[in-house]
Amino acid sequence: MAFEGLTGRLQDAFSGLRKKGKVTEADVKDVMREVRMALLEADVNYKVVREFVKTVRDKSLGEEVLGSLNGGQQVVKIVNDELTQLMGGEQEKIVFAEPGQGPTIYMMTGLQGAGKTTTAGKLANYLRKHEKKKPLMVAADIYRPAAIDQLQNLGEQLDIPVFSMGDQVSPVEIAEKGIQQAIEDGRDVVIIDTAGRLHIDETLMDELEDVKAAVNPHEIFLVVDAMTGQDAVNVADSFNDRLDITSVILTKLDGDTRGGAALSIRSVTQKPIKFTGTGEKLDALEPFYPDRMANRILGMGDILTLIERAQQEVDEDRAAEMAEKMRENRYDFNDFIEQMDQMQNMGPLEDIIKMIPGMNKVPGINDFEMDPKDMAHMKAIVLSMTPEEREDPELLSQKRRRRIAKGSARDIAEVNRLIKQFKQSRDMMSKMSKGNMGGLENMLGGGVKGKLGKMAMNSMSKKINKKKKKKIVRKKK
Amino acid sequence: MGLFDKIKSAFTGADKKAETEIGETSTAKDTTIEPADTQKETEQYEKGLQKSRRSFTRRLNELLANFRYEDEEFFEELEDLLIESDVGFEATMVIADKLRYESKVENVRSMADAERVIVQTMVDLYGETNPDHHVFNENPDGLTVVLFVGVNGVGKTTTIAKLAHQYIDKGKKVVLAAGDTFRAGAIEQLHIWGDRVGAQVISTKQGGDPAAVVYDSIQTAQEQHADILLIDTAGRLQNKKNLMNELEKMKRIISREIPDAPHETLLVLDATTGQNALSQAKIFKETTDVTGIVLTKMDGTAKGGIVLAIGKELGIPVKFVGLGETMDDLHPFDTEKFAYGLFKELIQQTV
Repeated sequence: MAFEGLTGRLQDAFSGLRKKGKVTEADVKDVMREVRMALLEADVNYKVVREFVKTVRDKSLGEEVLGSLNGGQQVVKIVNDELTQLMGGEQEKIVFAEPGQGPTIYMMTGLQGAGKTTTAGKLANYLRKHEKKKPLMVAADIYRPAAIDQLQNLGEQLDIPVFSMGDQVSPVEIAEKGIQQAIEDGRDVVIIDTAGRLHIDETLMDELEDVKAAVNPHEIFLVVDAMTGQDAVNVADSFNDRLDITSVILTKLDGDTRGGAALSIRSVTQKPIKFTGTGEKLDALEPFYPDRMANRILGMGDILTLIERAQQEVDEDRAAEMAEKMRENRYDFNDFIEQMDQMQNMGPLEDIIKMIPGMNKVPGINDFEMDPKDMAHMKAIVLSMTPEEREDPELLSQKRRRRIAKGSARDIAEVNRLIKQFKQSRDMMSKMSKGNMGGLENMLGGGVKGKLGKMAMNSMSKKINKKKKKKIVRKKK
Repeated sequence: MGLFDKIKSAFTGADKKAETEIGETSTAKDTTIEPADTQKETEQYEKGLQKSRRSFTRRLNELLANFRYEDEEFFEELEDLLIESDVGFEATMVIADKLRYESKVENVRSMADAERVIVQTMVDLYGETNPDHHVFNENPDGLTVVLFVGVNGVGKTTTIAKLAHQYIDKGKKVVLAAGDTFRAGAIEQLHIWGDRVGAQVISTKQGGDPAAVVYDSIQTAQEQHADILLIDTAGRLQNKKNLMNELEKMKRIISREIPDAPHETLLVLDATTGQNALSQAKIFKETTDVTGIVLTKMDGTAKGGIVLAIGKELGIPVKFVGLGETMDDLHPFDTEKFAYGLFKELIQQTV
């Protein structure tokens, strides 16, 4: 996931400081030198870095950090606050047209290959799902071969209409006619996809100005690849100068970029980042929260996003029922499959795990990747069981297990392992839900400090290590 | 004497005549595809690099005028300057550390000394990335297979079209394989290019098996005695292990069908990409044994300085560079020209 490289470096920088009782001026200077390097290596614009380091240093030296008992923690807090500020402070919401004003009009702009067309599709999907809008996408990229096909194809996948006039008509006319069409068809959001262009290409930048003047959009999104280097600032600056963009969408944040662009663009353009693209699927678009992102960068996890994603996927009554089942040790393979599906819907497991505070520090966590096929194999095994077997795992005799192995085309050892793991986790859940619920809350609220949190982390890291060893052994064979 | 030695001697004062010779030696090397107009190409490099060069040299001179050897702030400013010029983080740190060291150990005290150290280190760095052979590996007797890999949106499909166009211009028979079966519109995009440049395109439906497309395209190319097969693949972020495995599989199939193939595996890199390009190069090299880089979008304001670090750490040479939107804007990368574009003004000022 993005930012990990930066997180690691910042945590290294702070690790010495955290242990210290009292912090001296020299300590702060040393740490800030490390922070500076970490940010520069993450492609944060050098001017932004200079400003940031200066602010944090001044604040750290100015407040009662020096000499106080937990000065190290306070420096981390200042860095966290300043990172949040750097990315815009508060989350900013997308702008819609006033009621009765006609459809809301958005323009997608950016360099070639930033991900405008894909993002247009994701945005349309997001607005329909979360804002109950009826979007129309307008294909105004008349230059790149098959750009129109791409948007139409996305429209078909999403079942969202696409307006196109081919590639022989000017983008201005396409945009204008597209809006007319939206009004006629009762669509309330129009997303205009424009061709990618270099910020120094005068002719094409003029064209964008013309489109803007013709349609008077409510938002002009600048779509920026999160992997962009020092050039991000040049690009954002030029687009902003010419078009007065309203917001930024960062794409490809599911890569392993250190995400410097996210930190630079806001402070250079003074325009908020509103969304991030986080995957290949068309629902992989998320609102951008500066505070949560700062937490994530500093390795403090992102428990809020985790909870929100869970809320989206999990029905509350059903969850309560599940908890009841766990308590009574009635949790069965049907529940297991259901939860597995919910987990999968929440996104890649490795990303979810890292949202838990402290998990990014668990040894080997960066190499941990769950193959979706593993999940599919587990599911195949369960689906090869009879309904009775799923409800009562005690029925699973060796004979039945062999049948299941054949039915799911998996190894008998794999079947055994799954059943064993299932029983173990069922017992653990039962114990936890009966007596140790307090411990669980501590784990989530108190970060890694909670007793259970530590225990869970220890056993987790052991398991991962074991798994790694196993894999190595298997490879040798 | 190579260009780098010349530049070096120009700065170290060993050869005062270097300046005049540089203009003559900076013509294109023997590469498989001759650029139509060498002069024009040099201009394009220079135009692209002009903006950074002007501010870079001016600011470097300003900075050096105030050279304070024991002042950490001086070094930080120097680092900022180099980073802003898109030299890349690693190269920047190498240069700054070298100067820190020299100012302590070698007793560098004057502005002229500092300048010499900085420039020499930079030139050395560029020299290190100058590959022993940056020649495009063609199969002399039969089909040449080229596999294109890279993250999303770097310009793989467009690069393939440009390269196909150049080979067809030289009278070669070209087959294109639409191995990007994932992205909406990717297959259509390649088909349109194929029609425009006159190359046959092998494809399946969207969502189909890319490995099967690869297999089919090899069969077709061999049956039709094509000279070159260019294989497009879906863009993928390098940290997606499953997608990287898929790429590995595609490469395995190529090597199974033609043992020497792919003759080139080209990683397409967007010049605007920052430090992440290093991670891209590293992981794509592990998976597909990348043999060269195509640096695209060099006509913008980005300088692609990260290829320095990539060359130094991974030894992957840049083979082509994309300098514009038209079909003819793909050129063999010439390290000397690239460096010359960056250093020209410095050389003229200093010597």
